[in-house]
This record gives sequence, structure tokens and C-alpha cells, in this order.
Amino acid sequence: MSALRSRRHREWGLAYLLLAPALLVFAVFTFYPFLRNFKLALYQNPPYPGLPAHYVGLHQVGSVLASTSFHQSLVSTLLYVVMVVPVGLIGGLLLAVAAHKAIRGMAWFRLIFSSTVVTSVAVAAVVFGTLMDPVVGLLPWLGINPHPAILENPTWALPAVSLIAVWQFLGLSFVIMTAGLQSLPDEVLEAARLDGAGGWTMFWRVTVPLLSPTLFFGLVVGTIYAFQSFGQIDILIGPQNSQFTHTDVLLYSVYQALSIQDNPGVAAVLSIVLFTILLVFTLVQLRFLERRVTYAGN
Amino acid sequence: MARVNFEGVSKAFDGALAVDDLHLDVHDGELLVLLGPSGCGKTTVLRMVAGLEDPTAGTVSIGDVIVNDVEPKDRDVAMVFQSYALYPHMTLRRNIEFPLRQQKVPAAERARRVDEAAGTLGLGDLLDRKPGQLSGGQRQRVALARAIVRDPQVFLMDEPLSNLDATLRIQTRADIVSLQRRLGTTTIYVTHDQVEAMTMGHRIAVMRDGRLQQVAAPQDLYERPANTFVASFLGSPGMNLVPASVDGAVVTVDGTRVELPAGPAVAAGPVTVGVRPEAASLAPEGIAATVVLVEQLGAEAHVICALVDGTRVVVRQENRAARPDLGDAVAIRVDPAQLLLFDADTGARLELGR
Amino acid sequence: MPATDAAVRPPSSAPAAHRPPRRRHRRLRLVLRYALLSIGAVVVLFPLYMAVVNSLLAPSQIAHQPPPFFPLHPQWGSYRKAWTEGDLAVYLRNSAIQTTVIVAGQLVTSVLAAYAFAFLEFPLKRTLFVVFLMTLMIPFEVTIATNLSTVSSLGWFNTFPGLTVPFLATGFGTFLLRQAFLQIPRDLREAAQLDGYGHLRFLWSVAVPLARPALAALGVFSFLSAWNQYLWPLLVTGNDNSVRTVQIGLKQLINTQLDQINVSLAGTVIAVVPLLVLLVVFQKQLVRSLTSGAVK
Repeated sequence: MSALRSRRHREWGLAYLLLAPALLVFAVFTFYPFLRNFKLALYQNPPYPGLPAHYVGLHQVGSVLASTSFHQSLVSTLLYVVMVVPVGLIGGLLLAVAAHKAIRGMAWFRLIFSSTVVTSVAVAAVVFGTLMDPVVGLLPWLGINPHPAILENPTWALPAVSLIAVWQFLGLSFVIMTAGLQSLPDEVLEAARLDGAGGWTMFWRVTVPLLSPTLFFGLVVGTIYAFQSFGQIDILIGPQNSQFTHTDVLLYSVYQALSIQDNPGVAAVLSIVLFTILLVFTLVQLRFLERRVTYAGN
Repeated sequence: MARVNFEGVSKAFDGALAVDDLHLDVHDGELLVLLGPSGCGKTTVLRMVAGLEDPTAGTVSIGDVIVNDVEPKDRDVAMVFQSYALYPHMTLRRNIEFPLRQQKVPAAERARRVDEAAGTLGLGDLLDRKPGQLSGGQRQRVALARAIVRDPQVFLMDEPLSNLDATLRIQTRADIVSLQRRLGTTTIYVTHDQVEAMTMGHRIAVMRDGRLQQVAAPQDLYERPANTFVASFLGSPGMNLVPASVDGAVVTVDGTRVELPAGPAVAAGPVTVGVRPEAASLAPEGIAATVVLVEQLGAEAHVICALVDGTRVVVRQENRAARPDLGDAVAIRVDPAQLLLFDADTGARLELGR
Repeated sequence: MPATDAAVRPPSSAPAAHRPPRRRHRRLRLVLRYALLSIGAVVVLFPLYMAVVNSLLAPSQIAHQPPPFFPLHPQWGSYRKAWTEGDLAVYLRNSAIQTTVIVAGQLVTSVLAAYAFAFLEFPLKRTLFVVFLMTLMIPFEVTIATNLSTVSSLGWFNTFPGLTVPFLATGFGTFLLRQAFLQIPRDLREAAQLDGYGHLRFLWSVAVPLARPALAALGVFSFLSAWNQYLWPLLVTGNDNSVRTVQIGLKQLINTQLDQINVSLAGTVIAVVPLLVLLVVFQKQLVRSLTSGAVK
């Protein structure tokens, strides 16, 4: 039996060897930094960089969580998510339904509708930044002239940046909804048609309920996407204006604490908060992936 | 070419015995069929020869060499899988020469052997196609070609015909037999189909629940099954098994006495009587029964009767015989010379003294 | 060519197609559908269209009211400026290097790890697989604080290793490829094993070719996410434009060329073109990777 055992040991060795590169990257750049947040959160950085951080226990966590800037950041984030996700999902669904028919030229419409998937946040920011510019943009022509200018305006800055995110999310939303529509069982739709269901009834009574897992998946993916976006805020509004325009979403606060205030302790606390919120959504997303595991039969 | 030998081989999966203390000797050059219902352990036996499973106990040897610790690749066996296991992204040529590449056979030699194997199986014109472009029967032959191109000591075939339709199966059955007879390579062939087993094997090894029941030539197996399981598993339909009692050379079935040429060497008491459907006939006098179902098969018919105690007995009728109607009261006569007796408890066949 | 229509059901043929009122009704609906599709297309394309228009105008023309919606006298100079003065050529090259390294790295590490999970038996397999899945629960953003100090202590600030190494493995990619590998019948592995093929050779000559669609999907997805990265390149490339990527270059462009909107828009168009090409060529693979999990 010794040959058998050595064969098995060789297989183990090979397996660990194959996993090693990925595990090494994960250990150094995912798990270690993630876990270190819990330590960093307990240390306060002095106001002057260069001095050593000192242990303050949960004091810093408490003070960050109690601060008005954190509350405002949380409110901004939630508002942002609420503005981006439903609009993006419904827009994507409408486009997908309109494009769900084999008619001439549909391939081009599909390509156009999914195109925003590939646009980066920087591209979107520059493009929309121009359109929203108070001088060269379209707003004066449309008769919209808020004062201060829209991206410096405490009321309008957040809706403006979420509009950019909606546009960007539209492509992904369309792709997800189209895949969902294509996976619907034809027989059910045909049966409903034979039962005399008209277009509208059919959509609300048959298509949408059948599509609900897809809608839910889109909701989860969209929410994660929205929580993780901050590029357009950084480019269009910038650290000086973000707080007073109420656009300092959680992730932007993390970025600012790190790179503007040079304060890893505060960034760590905010990261943990962000992780906790995202955890709920990623767990749900994992459920979707796991469902594929069971389908694959292992 | 080589013999394959199993000495007390067992295999347990998570504590459950899939193969239990197997002793079996596969002769050099023979085609041995491993026959049994699904889950009987026959595929596990095959995989232990290949080295894809390791025995929990006992030794497997190929050509007098114990191979328990030999890597699969060094056992010099070729396997034909039920699914054929063809590589879908490779042409037939690449598929067939795949084993030779690993053996570092020179290119010219490789091409020659592939052409030869493909020619043998009538695949010569298809070598540039991919498996997806072939019919089921062609794919099956590619799998065979890939096995014979290696010229191994032993062929292992795991239900190679089960994915073919009925007509093709009969034809391919004959092809494999003539190929094996010509090459003379020791072959272990796994199937659950008793017709395949009867028509193909030099010998058949019947397995059930991980245990070997009997090894014998097809006709011996049919005529002298070791026990009630083998008796009922072979033949279509299988042997009728009826509770009865024996006293000396006299068997009593349902009150009807049948006198045997010779009795078993057991004390008087209950036994199980085995009667092949063709050894029974409808007669004016015999065991009383009621007709439950008549299956017309063209050349013959199966009359299924119920005895008074409810036991089913199938009677095979030649053509032109008068067919009874459903519900008719009939009498069944059995040929005493073709009647077998089995132990009522263990199911083992009882030898009848001559 | 874009999209396949094969996945779409053919229009259901109404049983009473020969009746004129019904037919007219259907015609009207078709026209309505096209109208709706066109409106959607305009909404989606408008921002990018305006970027192209404005990139071809002189700054003075852009500020004109009402805004011009068509470049009557296109000025291509902005593209030359963006390319040279805006250092876009350098940024594009940097992005290409960064993206290539990340895509190649992710494909390699995912293929290796996925093979182990799909074809090998070893202690702690389940636990390790959960570890891989757990990486999906930790967004990169919450690890940046420590990653920055790690990268800086390795001396990797303003270097390609700093830009790429943290992204050389992906739990999502491993998962995607594992699924693809699991579709490969076990018989193939066993047949190859009997023929003397070891795991690595089987991986290379059978598993990888058979998993090509999934590899392509992962490749396109990795490309997209690497090319469009913003936060990390912003933090690690500091103010050294020798390794700065195109996304950060755009931010730079908009900051330094405030009076030259046409130039920053030209830069934007240049930055987005490679990805539009990617979309046209690999639409199917991209959709496949984006929707894994959405539908069975």
C-alpha cells in the first residue's frame, strides 16, 4: 500500500502547489490587510504625520461612529444607492424588454445598450462633467442654471453624480435583464399567450414574476456596484467640495481619511463599516454563485 | 496478452463493501464478461484492474505480476469507457494517437499504427473529423481504435454498447467479438445485459452485491445456474422459481407430483423448483393455474400464469400452438428432465444424483 | 459582428396573420418598438456622442449657445494634443502593460487553482474553497489602507508590480473556471491517466482547450476591470506619470487642461475606444462573465 500512499501524497503536493500562487496573493493583499483593519481601528494617529500612533481601544471607533461627518456620509451613501439602483434596474429592464425580439437591426441595439458596461468611471466623469459644466455644458441651454453650479450645489451635486452612475450601470443592468429574459421558459410565455394574456398583463403577471430572481440578482449586484463607486465624485467634485456638497459617500471618506488626512485608523473604522454593509449583499450574491455549484452537480 | 488474477480482492467505499473477497482467474486470450445488475460491483472490479481504484484488500495481478502498487499507466491495459471518453477538441487521428504520443512513439510509426487501427474499424476516411461530427456508432469505434492502437496486454470494456440503439448494438456486438477473437487479447467486458453476455463471452462471471455468484461458459451458466439469482438473471424471461417440497425423487408442486429421474441428496422438505419457460408447456393435465397475460412475440408467445398460491409461471409457446385466453383455467406440465432444484433457504442449486 | 440573434425566439407567428386589421395592428406595434429602441439608443449614446462632437470643436465653439450638436468644422488637433501634450500615448502604453499583466496573471492563477479544486483530492479542499469564496466578500476598497503600506514597504510605489501584483489572483475567476472544469467528464481524465498523462499535461492538452469559452469570458472580464481601475492606480502612481494609467491620466488631463475641454474629451474618446472594440469582438464572452450567477 505504500506506493498508493505516496501517489496520494504526490497528488496532495501538486494540489497545494497549484493553489499556492493564488493563496499567496490572497494572504498578502486580501486577508492580512482586511484583518489588520481591526487592529488599526484601535490606534489613533496623531494630527502630525510621522509621530507614532497610540492605542486608544474602542475610543476611536466610538468617536468616528458618533461623528456628524460619518452620519452625513452614511446618509449620502444611502441616498446615492437609492437613486442609482432602482432607476438603473428599471431602465435596464425596459431596454431589455424592448430588445427582446428577433427583428432587423436588433444586434446593433443590443450592442449600444450594453456599451456603457465598458466605459470607465473616469470616462463617464469627464463626459458628464462637460455636459454639466455651467459654461460650456447643456444646462444653460436647457434653462437650468442653479446657483451655485450644479456640481458645487449642496442640493443637486449628489443627484448629478448619481445620474452618471445610473448611466454607467445601465449597460450592466441591460445585460443581466436580457440574460434573465432569455432564460425564461418559452412554454410558460406561450401558455400565457394562449390563455389570452395581452402584452401588458403578460408583462406584469407573467414576465416580471418569472424574472424576479434576475431582478433580485440585479438589485444585489447594483447595490454592491453603487457602494463601491466614488471615482466620479473624486474627479468632478474633489475633496475640497465633497463634504459641503454632501457627496462624501463612505468609500470617498475612506479615501480621504487615507490619502488626504493620512489617518489609517479612521480609514480602518470606515472600512469595517463598509465591509459590514457590503457583507450582507455579497453573502446574497454568493448564494447565487452557490446555486450554480449545485447545478453543476458537485 | 496475459491472464488477470484476483486473489481475495475487496473494495470498500466509506465502509460499504462494493466488492467482497473476489477470487477470479481470467484466462490468457479469453473474453470474460462481468455480468450483474447495476451496483453489483462489476465496474469497480474493472477499475481495479485499470488502477483507477485501489483494492482495500487482496491482490490483483496481470500476467503473474501483482499490480496493486503499479501506476495505471504502467499496467499496459486499455480501457473503453461507457461514454467513450473521446477528447472533443481533437481530430480522430489525434484522439487515436493520443496514447502513442505519451509513449514517445516516433511520428511515422504513430501514423502507421493509427492508419492500421482506423482501417480495422472502418474509420479510415474520418480521421480528420472531430468526435462531435460522428454518429454514436462511429464514436464507439473510435474508442475501440484508441484501445487497440496501443496493443495492450488487456482490454477493459465498461458497458461499451449501452449508448447505442438496439440495431447498432447487435451489429457492434458481433464486431467486437470478431475483433477480440482475431487479436486474441485478454478482455474483461462489463455489462448488465445478459443477452450481450451470452453472445459475447467465452465465460461469464455473474456478480451480485459485490459477490461473485458463478463463473462458467454461457451455456453451462444457463443450464446449471449455481443459485436462484443466476437462474432468474439469465434468460429472457428468466427461470420460473416455484416453492415446492421434495421427498426422494418426487417433487410436489402445488399438490401435483412430479417424478424426477434422480433425487437430490437432501432430507425431505421444502425446496425451490426452477423451470425454464421453454421446459414448461400447457397440457391437459398438470399444475393448475390461471392465465394472467399472454405476450405475443411473433414467432412465439409467453403465457403468464398464476398458480393457486399466486406464484407467477411463464410458459413459452411455440408458434401455432393454441393460445389460451385471459382468465382461462389451464394446466402446466413441466419436463422432469429439465427441472432444477434449489435450496429453499440459501437458493443454492441442489445436485441431482444420477 | 455584434450579438447573435440565435438566442432569441423567432417572432411568434400569429394564427390569423392573414386578417388585415390584425396585421396593421402588428405593423404599428413594430414601428412603436423601433421608436422605443431608438429613444433608448439615443439616451445611451448621447453622452459619448457629445464627447466626440465636443472633442472636434474649438473651445470657443463649445461654449457657444445653443450648443452645437454636430461638428461642422471638425478640428482634429485636439487628438494630436491629447496624444502628445497630454502624454496619452504613455498612459495608454502603461494601461496596456498593467492590463496584460493582470489578465495573464489572473488566468494563470485561476486555471491552476481551479484545476486543483476540480480534479484533485486533498485534505482541507472544502475549507480552502471557502477561503477562495471569502475573497469575494472582501471588497478591495476595505484593504487599501494596509495594502498601501505593504506596497510602499516593498518599494513598489510608482511601479508596475505595485499596480498589478495585488490583483494577480481572483476568487471569482477560480470559481468560474472550476465550474467549467467540472463540466469535463471524469472519464476523460481517467482515459488520459491510463494513457500515461500526468495532471499537468492533461491540464494543458485537454482541460484548458475544453474550457476555452470560460477562459475567454474570464479574460474579457479581467481586462475590463483592470483597464477601468481607478482607486488603486490613483493611490499607487502618486505623481509619477511614467507608470500612470489612462484612467488617472484622464483625471490629470481634466485638471491641467481646464481651458481645453476639447483636448480632455479627445483623451476620453481615445481611452474608451479600445474597450468599445473589446465589446464588439467579445460581446458574448463579456455577457457570459457578467451574468454568471444571474441565471442558471
